[in-house]
Amino acid sequence: MTFFEAHDLAINFGGVQALDGVSFAVEPGHVFTIIGPNGAGKTTIFNLVSRIYDPTRGRLIFRGEDITRVPPHEIARRGIARTFQNIELFEHATVLQNLLLGRHTHRRSRFVEELLWLPRVRDLEIEEREAAEKVIDFLDLMPYRDSLIINLPYGIRKVVEMARALCTEPKLLLLDEPSSGLSVEETEDMAFWIQDITRLLGITVLMVEHDMSLVAAVSDRVLALNYGRPIALGTAREVQEHPEVIKAYLGG
Amino acid sequence: MRFVFRTSYRQDMGLFRDGVQRNWYVALLVGLLALPLLVPTYLVDISLVFIYGLCGLSLMVLAGYTGLVSLGHAAFLGIGAYAHVYFTQDLGLPWLVSVALAAAVTAVAGVLVGLPALRMTGVYLTIATLAFALIIQEVLTHWDGVTGGLKGKAVAKAVIFGISFGGSEAFYFLCLGFLVAGLWLTQNLLRAPTGRAWMAIRDSEIAAQSMGVNLAAYKTIAFAYSAAVMGVGGALFAHKVGYLAPDIFTVLLSIQFLLMVVVGGLGSLHGALYGAVFVALLPVMISEARDSVPTWLGRAFAVFGADAGQAVSVAVDRFVTQPALEPGVFGLILVLFILFEPLGVYGRWMKIRLYLSMFPLYKRATFKRQRAYMRSERLR
Repeated sequence: MTFFEAHDLAINFGGVQALDGVSFAVEPGHVFTIIGPNGAGKTTIFNLVSRIYDPTRGRLIFRGEDITRVPPHEIARRGIARTFQNIELFEHATVLQNLLLGRHTHRRSRFVEELLWLPRVRDLEIEEREAAEKVIDFLDLMPYRDSLIINLPYGIRKVVEMARALCTEPKLLLLDEPSSGLSVEETEDMAFWIQDITRLLGITVLMVEHDMSLVAAVSDRVLALNYGRPIALGTAREVQEHPEVIKAYLGG
Repeated sequence: MRFVFRTSYRQDMGLFRDGVQRNWYVALLVGLLALPLLVPTYLVDISLVFIYGLCGLSLMVLAGYTGLVSLGHAAFLGIGAYAHVYFTQDLGLPWLVSVALAAAVTAVAGVLVGLPALRMTGVYLTIATLAFALIIQEVLTHWDGVTGGLKGKAVAKAVIFGISFGGSEAFYFLCLGFLVAGLWLTQNLLRAPTGRAWMAIRDSEIAAQSMGVNLAAYKTIAFAYSAAVMGVGGALFAHKVGYLAPDIFTVLLSIQFLLMVVVGGLGSLHGALYGAVFVALLPVMISEARDSVPTWLGRAFAVFGADAGQAVSVAVDRFVTQPALEPGVFGLILVLFILFEPLGVYGRWMKIRLYLSMFPLYKRATFKRQRAYMRSERLR
């Protein structure tokens, strides 16, 4: 049984064939990276996996279950969490509140209990905070715990978004361009976070990334796309040296 | 600047930020309880502030916390009011049972509005709620058997467990009690997973969904809860006005409710209350102004001669007795707030407080909104 498998994915928006026959499999514990020039369909794959789009063809299999038609809010419950390319945090809330929303799939209190704030709800809320606190510790977010997102710099927001995804206790983490908008130092830190996430927490990572130093540092497998079609699959070095990939990036 | 040093998770989820804040609220409550002894004349107007407070609370949950703007909340108020009067007077149910049933009926109406609304966003949803409000107004006009039609319906005094709440003082306490209860229940929801899911939907539907929030379910809950609170407000409102007629629950009233949450400040319960004070007392102030301002200005301009004073007085009098003055002033204030202080009275108060506590280090940029020009709205 493969951990995660995309089989013959295809989607078109009107006349644009964004993806056409993309297949890949992700091994548990690996970091699997998707690269490609702008418009190659990388983020589209993420939006298919998190079920924001419906594929016109193909199937998604996660831990032996076909998730191609699962409703989008059920994806997190299955153990898949994601971040967004342009950061989709809840801006008028604190870091802690964002992380607690990440715990939403673990909610056990019922509406009426919450309405009356029964002791059970209070105890559950304390448990949720303890779980979120572990992630705050793990990603060194203590200084920002109670800051509003709108007051935080971009680099910290990136980490907070990753923390929110980790709070769902995922088995598969989708990172959409974790290094975009980050400085060189922050990108290096990001590489360490990603390694920690796979090695210490045992979470499989599926990543879209442009920064080849980060890709080379953390990836076990790399898939290169161009115009919605796969052009190379292998280790970071193999893909980087593949003639099709060089042609796609440099033209020629 | 006061920094709250947290040592336990309970401080995170308390109703109040710290002991100081709690003491201020206790002081405010004591003040409100003692108010009837101090100013017995304006109690009826202040009761309306409390009822509007409930209405503001209701719309704040929907518009301020879940991001669903409704222009049909007067309809929920109407449903609540008529249902309550029907249950108590036509069916003879006990008062508290009737209020609970009225809340349930409006909650069901809220779900019915909410269901098609799940597929709509932004201004389309607002227009759908507006249409709903117009439909309900027609229903209230034509369903003679229940609503009394255009003739309307007289509302008896509230009697709970044999105690009459007809007097202005007793009614004042009744409304205050319901408002405090409403605030407590709403604050409970807002600090629990339900409230967090609402705020997540407001800030980014796509992220909320990816974190496992069922958008349809939570939007429906928001509609139902908001409508139920409005229903309770409607029951109290029925006793306040004393006589129900369909033309009370107009679109103008819905706009006033929206004005309330915008002027007060979207996204805070404080804002709902500031807005309620403003909207409930503005007509009182305008009618006071009608009586006093022309004479007062006439006297001031009399320094230029008795004729000038007389002319100014007459002109101003003609202006302030225009029947459209009230909606005009409401509209003007709404526009000014949207232009200059989108965060409302509460936002302005926060800025002033921050300025004082940070003095002289306050930076204007603290509240500058960053442009979110890279958000994933295009995915929808």
